[in-house]
Amino acid sequence: MEIDFTHHQAAHCENGVVSNLMKHNGFVVSEPMVFGIGSGLLYCYIPFLMVNHGPAITYRAMPGFIFNRFAKRVGVKFKREKFKNPSIAKERLDANLAMNNPVGLQVGVYNLTYFPDEYRFHFNAHNLVVYGKEGNTYLISDPVMEGVTSLTDKELEKVRFAKGAFAPKGHMYYPVAFPKELQLEKAIVKGIKHTCRDMLAPVPYVGVKGVRTIAKLIRKWPKKKGTKVANHYLGQIVRMQEEIGTGGGGFRYIYAAFLQEAGKLLQNEKLLELSTEMTQIGDLWRDFAVDASRIYRNRSANVEIDVYDAVATQLEAIADLEAIFFKKLKKAV
Amino acid sequence: MKKNEVPQDKSNLASVNLRELCYAVDENGEYITEHTTGWDPKTIALNNALDEINERIARAKQRVTDNKTSPIEYYMELHKMDLSVLSSYVGFWKWRVKRHFNPSVFKKLSLKTLKKYADVFEISVEELQHIES
Repeated sequence: MEIDFTHHQAAHCENGVVSNLMKHNGFVVSEPMVFGIGSGLLYCYIPFLMVNHGPAITYRAMPGFIFNRFAKRVGVKFKREKFKNPSIAKERLDANLAMNNPVGLQVGVYNLTYFPDEYRFHFNAHNLVVYGKEGNTYLISDPVMEGVTSLTDKELEKVRFAKGAFAPKGHMYYPVAFPKELQLEKAIVKGIKHTCRDMLAPVPYVGVKGVRTIAKLIRKWPKKKGTKVANHYLGQIVRMQEEIGTGGGGFRYIYAAFLQEAGKLLQNEKLLELSTEMTQIGDLWRDFAVDASRIYRNRSANVEIDVYDAVATQLEAIADLEAIFFKKLKKAV
Repeated sequence: MKKNEVPQDKSNLASVNLRELCYAVDENGEYITEHTTGWDPKTIALNNALDEINERIARAKQRVTDNKTSPIEYYMELHKMDLSVLSSYVGFWKWRVKRHFNPSVFKKLSLKTLKKYADVFEISVEELQHIES
């Protein structure tokens, strides 16, 4: 049994699933739109937490937040279910598929067999859509893949019940009620305001201040922990900024795309200007990644301390620009 | 980033014919999506991370041979896990898992406990007890 579902590739899984499910139900909402309305853009350093033996930095809102905020702001009702028992989880999934209802699932990446081995880490906040079942094989539309794929029921159960941080617990969701007409204007303004508030938050780990904190740490690491560890950490930062799903530049390009779309929709010239500005800031993030990669290219080689200072200065310059940017954006809507 | 600046470097994605989606602006300043095969700064970072993991695995193996830790730690590293991930998969407290890293404690583990670990690592109990060197 296969539901007539159109797969669209997206840069990021969570926006992609929401956008694909909306499109399936006849509402054309682009990926950047979902990301912007859901206030996906963020910068947050989570102290004390280690991911892959390195610092934890996120460039986006917590898993599930983008989704929740989007649904609330445009007035779409989603039903979410979590399970303790894998067999009940499977039953519910099958029941939905039998009703011609494609569902979104939260899964762990480590056992996703269609991913390249190098990308299989213990990361539990990946999202995909199941749109059919043939025998024991589930038909999967994973937004970061170019085409559709499939998983056997055993494989699917494993990824749905992956363990560790953000364990999905079989989490399944699908839209149940839609507004008559999609009113994006108000939702866009709300989304933008929220992002500005987050990025300008007076907390040392969040937003622009978080970027400055990381810049400070980059100066400190080579002295305190040695260049090998510092290089590993720097590599981690770049990975989180650019790895599958950010669309480039730590989500800055997706956000610029959103501002452009929003500017046209609201007929707001300012937003269009700010979109170009965000693109330039995104380019600076890319430059930072290139320069950082020159440092960590050689893992254990002894590098001069001042090259770390140089990339830290680069980050601080980005932080200054973003501080101005988000103040302007706040006034523009 | 302009459309023609979207990097098309060689990366690990090629092994499964996967291309990532990137956002970029075209000649008229309009945002479009463009496929990318990879980007060197990213590939280097990923490969470094993998080298790091392989070193950790090798170190853990050496420690098992030296009788300084139990094979559980080796298999944990092999599966890219850390203590908290492993403890949530087997359903033990972290301190208990850590205790099982002790070779003398590991030797006295019940079959039931060993089986739990073996199931998580998808190997037999014998494989868990004797790692191939």
